[in-house]
Amino acid sequence: MCNKVDAVHVPDGFLDPATSLATGALAAGTVALALRKARAELDDRTAPLAGLTAAFVFAGQMLNFPIAAGTSGHLIGAVLTAVLVGPWTAVLCMTAVLLVQAVLFADGGITALGTNVTLMGLVAVVVGYGVFRGLSAVLPRTRTGVLAATGVAAFLSVPASALAFVGLFALGATVDVPMGAVVSAMTGVHLLIGIGEAAITVAVVGAVLAVRPDLVHGARGLRTSALLEDRRPAAAGATR
Amino acid sequence: MTRRGRTLWIVGVAVALLVAGFVSWYASGSPDGLEWAAEEAGFAHTAEDSAVAGSPFADYLWNGEENRLSAGAAGVVGVLLTLALAGGVTWLLRRRGTTTTGQN
Repeated sequence: MCNKVDAVHVPDGFLDPATSLATGALAAGTVALALRKARAELDDRTAPLAGLTAAFVFAGQMLNFPIAAGTSGHLIGAVLTAVLVGPWTAVLCMTAVLLVQAVLFADGGITALGTNVTLMGLVAVVVGYGVFRGLSAVLPRTRTGVLAATGVAAFLSVPASALAFVGLFALGATVDVPMGAVVSAMTGVHLLIGIGEAAITVAVVGAVLAVRPDLVHGARGLRTSALLEDRRPAAAGATR
Repeated sequence: MTRRGRTLWIVGVAVALLVAGFVSWYASGSPDGLEWAAEEAGFAHTAEDSAVAGSPFADYLWNGEENRLSAGAAGVVGVLLTLALAGGVTWLLRRRGTTTTGQN
């Protein structure tokens, strides 16, 4: 039980100014590219889902779940967003969430915003969506196959982000601490958080697949065969 | 948006508002993975207050008041603002009058 949501992202001060500037530049470049590339993923039907998914990720990130004695974790939502609305749009949605959190709620530092966008908007999306696409290529082209790929990708996206932070910390820590301790502490706890990430992501993608499989970016290949067969009969006559 | 699209959207926004505005009160207050690891590895003390730590919604509370109404208001405002920002940008970027997926 809790009476407040703790700050949950990289705060100001963990990384030195040079590293924060570098991640800021990387994040800005990524967002600029995404603003161009996301157009291909967005149309009159999918754009509303993108805004909704970002709002859902904001809400989901407020729900810290207990993972071990005295520790909690929360959704990142990068794979959730990338599978639902596409990876470039996911970069924009994650950035919007992190921007609102940093500016309005003081969650994640202002100078650390580039770092948080790099970790959760870039690394988690690239690794997570990469794993999703790789697994989708070898798994059966069915709803179960999509959800299995989604779950593994969501799980791995969390330790990937954590390790990316460790890498940045190795480059630009503001204090001298043994890196081995940082690696083991970050990896262990984020593997556990990854299980929660996978569970939430599979549940949400599964729910959207059940009602609107045609809107799910990561399930495009299935549309004509596997998914159409188990659409409810009522769907055929629904107003479009 | 089609009628079924609108239903999904309204249900989705309602769930997000409920989670952020109400359920989040019951979230775990333990330090999250990064905070815990920072304590373990000994660099937690390097965290600095955000430049906007004095914001009226800092730490997901209205003026720091620790009650359901204050926390719920912060969650609702955050969801609506994120929806407006991400929804606005993606709506402006979309290719108008087209669908990427054809008829179905």
